[in-house]
Amino acid sequence: MPDFQPIILKNIPDFHNIEVYMKNGGYEAFKKTLKMKPEEIIEEVKRSGLRGRGGACFPTGMKWSFMPQKSEKPKYLCANGDESEPASFKDREIFEKNPHQFIEGTLIACVAMGIKTAYVYIRGEYYPWIVMLQKAIDDAYAKGFIGKNILGSDFSTEVYIHRGAGAYICGEETALLNSIEGKRGMPRFKPPFPANYGLWGCPTTINNIETLANIPPIIENGGEWFSKIGEPKHCGSLLYGLSGHINKPGIYELPSGTLLTDLIYKYGGGVKDNKAIKMIIPGGSSMPPLTADEIDGLQMDNEHLKSVNSYIGTGGIVVMNEDTDVVKIIKRITKFYYHESCGQCTPCREGCGWMLRILDRIDKGQGRPEDIELLRDVACNIEGNTICAFGDAAAWPVKWAIKKFLPDFEKKVNESVSLPIANRVHSLRVTHQE
Amino acid sequence: MEIKFTEENLKKLEEAKSHYPTSDAALMAALWIAQYQFGWLSADVMKYVGGLLNIPYEHVLGVAEFYTMYNKKPVGKYHLQVCTNVSCMLCGGYDVVDYISNKLDIGLGETTPDGKFTLIEAECLGSCGTAPMMQINDYYEENLSKDKIDSILDKLSKS
Repeated sequence: MPDFQPIILKNIPDFHNIEVYMKNGGYEAFKKTLKMKPEEIIEEVKRSGLRGRGGACFPTGMKWSFMPQKSEKPKYLCANGDESEPASFKDREIFEKNPHQFIEGTLIACVAMGIKTAYVYIRGEYYPWIVMLQKAIDDAYAKGFIGKNILGSDFSTEVYIHRGAGAYICGEETALLNSIEGKRGMPRFKPPFPANYGLWGCPTTINNIETLANIPPIIENGGEWFSKIGEPKHCGSLLYGLSGHINKPGIYELPSGTLLTDLIYKYGGGVKDNKAIKMIIPGGSSMPPLTADEIDGLQMDNEHLKSVNSYIGTGGIVVMNEDTDVVKIIKRITKFYYHESCGQCTPCREGCGWMLRILDRIDKGQGRPEDIELLRDVACNIEGNTICAFGDAAAWPVKWAIKKFLPDFEKKVNESVSLPIANRVHSLRVTHQE
Repeated sequence: MEIKFTEENLKKLEEAKSHYPTSDAALMAALWIAQYQFGWLSADVMKYVGGLLNIPYEHVLGVAEFYTMYNKKPVGKYHLQVCTNVSCMLCGGYDVVDYISNKLDIGLGETTPDGKFTLIEAECLGSCGTAPMMQINDYYEENLSKDKIDSILDKLSKS
């Protein structure tokens, strides 16, 4: 799509500067919403078909409509910038290059849901980006876009940054709520859902940073305009992150449904050293990996990825060349989940460690023939048996790697069988058959 | 040494408390302030922070233990946190760990005898497009090569 104009990462120098942002129509959409009825704003977002960009792809307009318009308790908005999924690095690009569009989207969300306090949760490691966003928030305060009686209206709202401290699980929405409350970031059981019982038991909505950054252009150009970009069922642009064995890694904003092969070869400059592809992770480490045979003609949006049993996740694409050791990669990913499990649910807490130990011995050449089946079994017993989606995230890479790359696992296990034992087993089998 | 926040830090804590409806929500911010002032979170520091916010020590400990970035033991002046997660691993993250480990003659989780450098392996730091990388205290060093690591470490060891 050569005529595609980026919606978020616009090619305007110094766009992070509030003056430049305002000169290019910034904060006009917010001004417009101050005169709109909340239902009208939500209706416009619904019409756009915008889906959450954090991985679950939930329709944003619908999520907003779950918030009670009238509430005796205060209402809260949380912008989720925890971004700890391995291979995701899109939100920091927004903080760096276009923080005001995100802030404007946050403010519009506050108007639409009648929210007076918004928290931006940013992972602790992103200190330089926290500084950048804080500067942008301060500038927006100075211009009167945040604070009391914004631009002379009767609407007031505050925006605060909450700095995390290194816990992947805090990207899970209810864990994020506990973290903002100053507790350990352990996910909560749902229901009750955050729209009814969120921060301090009050109605709360949690949106991804990229989701909120998409709001101002939707208000400015109308939901219908947005719904025509990219794939109809998952419309708009996506911030695809390319990493791994690729010549030009980075964030590329393109319409949803862009061909994976275009992303790799046209935009990403192809695989390093012109090697063939072994495996691709399509949307962050927890998404089921793809084989080289699956990528031809594959469009990168949630609907099309489902056809190859995977999901778009956060759009973080990892390209791995033909020399990649699949078992080593899956072991490293499992080590991550083992480290990050909050420990609340037994299947996840124990299962991740179990998977890691089995993968470790397979990788070290000490695997047993039954290990592959055992590994699959453990993964399947984690999946779906935990409070939050972390269990699935830990199980999927293992389960699907075994399914799609079984020969790689078998090769390692077979190599590790010692010859005397193998001969003994073989002779026993022969005897038995006789 | 008496454990007490500086005036400036007490002001920062008051500012943080004003962001939340309950003061105990400022615990994470308070632990950050403490870590910047004292370098790491000893039991006494955690007790002090708990006292300021009227939170039991056990709760403070639970929170501090849950989050990796709070240092529960002393670290060197420069905390070298090398990412070895999947994207960095593919681009040589473990080579960076080995190189630094050999150069400084310390293993993972160890500190140089002069107290200058601590080396750890970190989980994904969201810098996958500029791999391999490491975080040194609050800042990122990306697209690492042996030459780049040499010049970074040389500069830091002189400072």
